[in-house]
Amino acid sequence: MRFPGKGYILILVAFVACGGCASPDRIVLLPNADGSPSAVIVKTASGERVIDKPYEAVSVNRSGDISRDKETPDTVRARFGSALDAQPQRAATYVLYYLNGKVIMTPESRAIVKKLKDDLKTRSAPEIIVVGHTDLVGSDEYNDELSLERAKDVQEILIATGVPADLITISGRGKRDPAVKTADGVPEPKNRRVEISIR
Amino acid sequence: MSSVKMKAIAGLIMTFAIAAAYADDDAGLVKKVKGDATIQRGERRIPARPGEKLLVSDRVMTGADGSVGITLHDGTLLSAGPNSTLILNKFEFNRTTNQGALDATLKRGTLAVVSGKLSKSSPDAVHYRTPTSILGVRGTEFLLEAGGN
Repeated sequence: MRFPGKGYILILVAFVACGGCASPDRIVLLPNADGSPSAVIVKTASGERVIDKPYEAVSVNRSGDISRDKETPDTVRARFGSALDAQPQRAATYVLYYLNGKVIMTPESRAIVKKLKDDLKTRSAPEIIVVGHTDLVGSDEYNDELSLERAKDVQEILIATGVPADLITISGRGKRDPAVKTADGVPEPKNRRVEISIR
Repeated sequence: MSSVKMKAIAGLIMTFAIAAAYADDDAGLVKKVKGDATIQRGERRIPARPGEKLLVSDRVMTGADGSVGITLHDGTLLSAGPNSTLILNKFEFNRTTNQGALDATLKRGTLAVVSGKLSKSSPDAVHYRTPTSILGVRGTEFLLEAGGN
């Protein structure tokens, strides 16, 4: 049996709820993988809103009106499952340590190279990003050069063990990004390192 | 110098200029693809395949069964679901200083974002857009849906 009257009301309700426009845009904050706090600031023609808790969401209609919303892992899955499944594998980072003022790897660090090569096999269109660092002894120029030399050293070792050269990108960040914060001029073994990120 | 030689040299300089411009535009790499996914680059349409480069100004499009996952050079992960159009308006990343800028628009569909180094080192230069909104990011993972028309 059909109820044309009821169908008519349903259409009317749908029209009112949507305001006669296309479906709204939606922004959802997810928890950070490392659990650190985060936020997204949403600006539109008619206002601004900050979402800063996991699964907080806003929807924005065509006129820029923002309304608060709440998602759950299940609703996120239903709406964004395909996008989340397409996410590239996350980067893994390996750290190799170097002797003071030198481009010589510590003996323990050599073992990591094998682990790294196994990881490489699991990835689609892999990239290897090699970034050299130094401790805070010496000038910026000296450390920029030394950090790059360390990165080149790792590059050569990787190529020698059969990693295709065109996958590798190297750079040196000098003393800009110490793993352990120290005053300038302080020798620190943990800062004399090369970080290899595979993604 | 003969005009032929001049032309050859001018051509060579042009070639270098273009090569340099392409290197600057290089923004990332396609990592994962399912179903129908293409990159529109100027007049050209390139199938999105793992290992394909993403350049500044590229438009990434997925069909009804498509999805695509991209890693940008600062480590940002962008992945779009079906029926999506994503445009990379701007991408700059200095590997020594980690400074730069990122600007991307989701015209329609769905997008998952895991922020990379730029959102830490240049947070005010990282923007995502939908047809109605501009988003600023503070070190985050988030999702976007653009309702479309």
